[in-house]
Amino acid sequence: MTHKILVADDEPNILISLEYLMKREGYEVFLARDGHEALEMLRRERPHLVLLDVMMPKKTGFEVCQELRSDESLRDTKVLMLTAKGRDTDVAKGMALGASAYMTKPFSTRELVEKVRELLGTSA
Amino acid sequence: MLSPLLVLTASFAYLGLLFGVAWWADRRARANRSVIGNAWVYTLSMAVYCTAWTYFGSVGRAASSGVWFLPIYLGPTLAMVLAWMVLRKMIRIARIWRITSIADFVASRYGKSTLLAGLVTLITVVGIVPYIALQLKAIASGYAVLTTPLGQPLPGRTVWWSDGTLYVALALAGFTIAFGTRHLDTTERHEGMVAAIAFESVVKLLAFIAVGVFVTWGLFGGPTDLFARVAAVPELQALLRLSQPGQAFPYAQWFALTVLSMLSVIFLPRQFQVMVVENVDERHLKRAAWAFPAYLLAINVFVLPIAFGGLLYFAGNAVNADTFVLSLPLAEGQQLLALVAFIGGLSAATGMVIVEAIAVSTMVCNDLVMPWLLRTEAFRGRRAGGDGQPAAGDLTGWLLGIRRVAIVAILLLGYLYFHLAGEAYALVSIGLISFAAVAQFAPAMLGGMYWKGGTREGAVTGLLAGSAVWAYTLMLPSIAKSGWWKTDFVTDGPFGIAWLKPEQLFGLSTLDGLTHSLFWSLFANVGLYVAVSLWRRPSAAETSQALLFVDVFHRADAQGARHEGPVFWRGHAKIGDLLGLVGRFLGTKRAQRLFEDYARRTGQAGARQIVPDARFVQFVETQLAGAIGTASARVMVASAVEEEVLDIDDVMRIVDEASQLRAYSRELEEKSASLQRASAELRAANEKLKSLDRLKDDFMSSVTHELRTPLTSIRALSELMVEDPEMPQQERQRFLGIVVAETERLSRLVNQVLDLAKIESGSAQWHDSDVDMKALLTHAAHTVSEMLRERGAQLVLSIPDRAVPTIRADADRLMQVVMNLLGNAAKFVPAEGGRVELRLRTDDAGLSVEVQDNGPGVPPEQRALIFEKFRQGDHANDRPTGTGLGLHISRQIVEHFGGQMELRPDGGQGACFAFTLPWQRHGRPAGAAGRTTYAAAGGRP
Repeated sequence: MTHKILVADDEPNILISLEYLMKREGYEVFLARDGHEALEMLRRERPHLVLLDVMMPKKTGFEVCQELRSDESLRDTKVLMLTAKGRDTDVAKGMALGASAYMTKPFSTRELVEKVRELLGTSA
Repeated sequence: MLSPLLVLTASFAYLGLLFGVAWWADRRARANRSVIGNAWVYTLSMAVYCTAWTYFGSVGRAASSGVWFLPIYLGPTLAMVLAWMVLRKMIRIARIWRITSIADFVASRYGKSTLLAGLVTLITVVGIVPYIALQLKAIASGYAVLTTPLGQPLPGRTVWWSDGTLYVALALAGFTIAFGTRHLDTTERHEGMVAAIAFESVVKLLAFIAVGVFVTWGLFGGPTDLFARVAAVPELQALLRLSQPGQAFPYAQWFALTVLSMLSVIFLPRQFQVMVVENVDERHLKRAAWAFPAYLLAINVFVLPIAFGGLLYFAGNAVNADTFVLSLPLAEGQQLLALVAFIGGLSAATGMVIVEAIAVSTMVCNDLVMPWLLRTEAFRGRRAGGDGQPAAGDLTGWLLGIRRVAIVAILLLGYLYFHLAGEAYALVSIGLISFAAVAQFAPAMLGGMYWKGGTREGAVTGLLAGSAVWAYTLMLPSIAKSGWWKTDFVTDGPFGIAWLKPEQLFGLSTLDGLTHSLFWSLFANVGLYVAVSLWRRPSAAETSQALLFVDVFHRADAQGARHEGPVFWRGHAKIGDLLGLVGRFLGTKRAQRLFEDYARRTGQAGARQIVPDARFVQFVETQLAGAIGTASARVMVASAVEEEVLDIDDVMRIVDEASQLRAYSRELEEKSASLQRASAELRAANEKLKSLDRLKDDFMSSVTHELRTPLTSIRALSELMVEDPEMPQQERQRFLGIVVAETERLSRLVNQVLDLAKIESGSAQWHDSDVDMKALLTHAAHTVSEMLRERGAQLVLSIPDRAVPTIRADADRLMQVVMNLLGNAAKFVPAEGGRVELRLRTDDAGLSVEVQDNGPGVPPEQRALIFEKFRQGDHANDRPTGTGLGLHISRQIVEHFGGQMELRPDGGQGACFAFTLPWQRHGRPAGAAGRTTYAAAGGRP
């Protein structure tokens, strides 16, 4: 079965690269440009995993993560937080809010792909 | 005439009313709803100064010598101007040390001297007796005028037992006893009495004004008519002038009378009683200082009209001018008004007698009788039976008894004087004799409050000499002139020695009797007081009291609480002995309560657990002083404790210690305050550092974010392209385009961060030249118009036609600002019909540049933040490609040239950014100033 992946980021160029990358790995990809849109897509498409940028307009990645975890039906969604702010406190905060994993930008595409596979339990 | 029965009934009814007022006020006081805690009541009670002498005598004096009644009221008015200084100090001292009479005040100041207390009391009694006689005389003659048919001679002297005046004196004694000696109080306050006095002050004022109005408008056609008629009578013309024709203005006499009444308004025993002892709040003085003179003015307004009215009305008839107040209404058949006038006079007389008798009886009891009684073994009761049981019994009954007897005795003495000398003198002359007597207290009192060098011997000799001169030059002649003595010694001098003539001492013949007496008595008094005081060093007791009196405002606050004041006592005391001692004079219950209050105030367990230290002994002595006088209290405390004799060095040491203690505590307070200040400053500095740190941290974090974001795209896309050589050419081309754009963005960011760092650290290079803003804007518009046209937008440039003055600035930097604003506007204009306006305006202060677009505008919640670093306006769909530093840097540049940058209210018409630049920059750039300082510093070795 094809896993659904949501990519949420406000940088158009990052969306372009992640969409291409995830599609190349064979996932079904949805895009969101801000926190609001991300939650909408999460509820509508129920993706298995979300690549969630922290600094987004309207709702931050942290807020999206928090709402996601408090929603019974979305609880199983894996969250891979992506942040350009590399501070330890940001990482800790994301994990505390229920993120499944955390990666700092810029990331290696290979590592990202491996992490996604690992979270979805599809790693060879 | 009125029937005697009517007059007597009305008089007693009035006295009953007064008593009712007093009783009511006492009851209110017990219910803690005091009626006298009020500046008006205080002021009215001061008006006890206006006695029957004012009421009847002023008119008499005005009738015989015109405006000469005035100095007696000018003096108090002047005195009240100084009241805030002198009276307030007296009140403060009296409150702290529980001083209850003028004798006590003087005695306490000069080392708690029994001798001085007794001396002052004696002078008071001798001096005041004529004054009381004067009141009795006023009542008696008033009664006679009312009850004698008009035109008949007044009844002559009768034998003493049928003389109504005697019974008036006894009745007043009874009232005084009832008012003033019903209970014993350590502050000697009599709320009921004060209320009654205030009441009677209103009554006498209204009654006198009623008569005045009647005479002025009832008998005559108003003041103008009255004075015109006086001016028409040659004999009366002289009364309208200050000096008699052909004589110089008698400055000396005016001066003497004014000074005399200034002193007496402060030092008369009854004035001391109502102004100092009965004062409940120092602040009341403020109002009294103008209200009391106003009262005096009101009661004196009609003196001349009544006097002139009487002289005109009774022209040719022998009617005593002292009785005009009564005889004028009577002659017109206004019997009710006459009765009211009599009641007013009675009011003035009784008020004076009651207060004076209470004050003097307290002095007689505390300062004459008690010291003598305490010398007898029965009263001393040393070590009062041990353990606080009052062995010698409760003496409060004795104290009250002595005072009652003293009151009766004083009034009988007054009657005696009236009987012997009263007929010879007009009312005013008798009063002035008393005034001159109390004036003798002035040197010892004023010197005591303001000069630390005054000693007991100085005060004693001054008082003795002053009062002796007073007696010889004023009192004796007055008795002699009454016909009780041969007047030889007055006219020829004793034993025919001319220079000892009492009214022309040492040949001083140019002054009238009173001025003469006042001059010589005060001369002797002040001279000896100062000379003897200077001759000998003050003793320890005198020094300590002098310090406490003169420096009273240094040592106590307004509530009279003593803080770090020195206590001049050393020795051993037992709590039981002290409790017994206080119990004997104040009653056992009161003593117990006082001790318990003290224990509570000082945080001790109970009355029995009090540590009897010096401060406590002082407390006990002060309490006792309120009841039996300072001097007696000192004697009693000394007898109940074992104490060491302090010498002058001890006193000075105690003062030093106390002031050191005060200095220490002040120093400590200052230190702790400065520590607090320092720690607050530190905290603030720390907060500032922390927030700077946070700012820096935020900045770093933001920069990091802004660097990583383009890097992320670049890395991801590059890796994708590297890993997939098969990628279609078109896709590859798109990705490479993104990589190039993101790289450009990175370069821009790096440049701007560096630029900002330079500007903020002050190390940026500014190449100032004379910039023509018109040319600069035209150039900028030309540069961006092409880019705008590509986006389908239009640029409108509106600049003045006339030449605009140049401005001293860096042209490249200003270009950077304008381009930044235009670039921002271009990003936000709508895709269709975009329009950007670039405007230049000038005024006196400088120029302003506006960039207006027709985009969505800046949302209200972002307006405040738009100039902050890394804050970017949100765009509907895709994120603008700015760095978030442009506006911030622009603002820094504008501010560098002394201008301001702001976001103008847009009114829904898109965003409008503007900056202003002044023609003249104020202040020099920071860099230049820094170099100057450095150069100056470098010049030093």
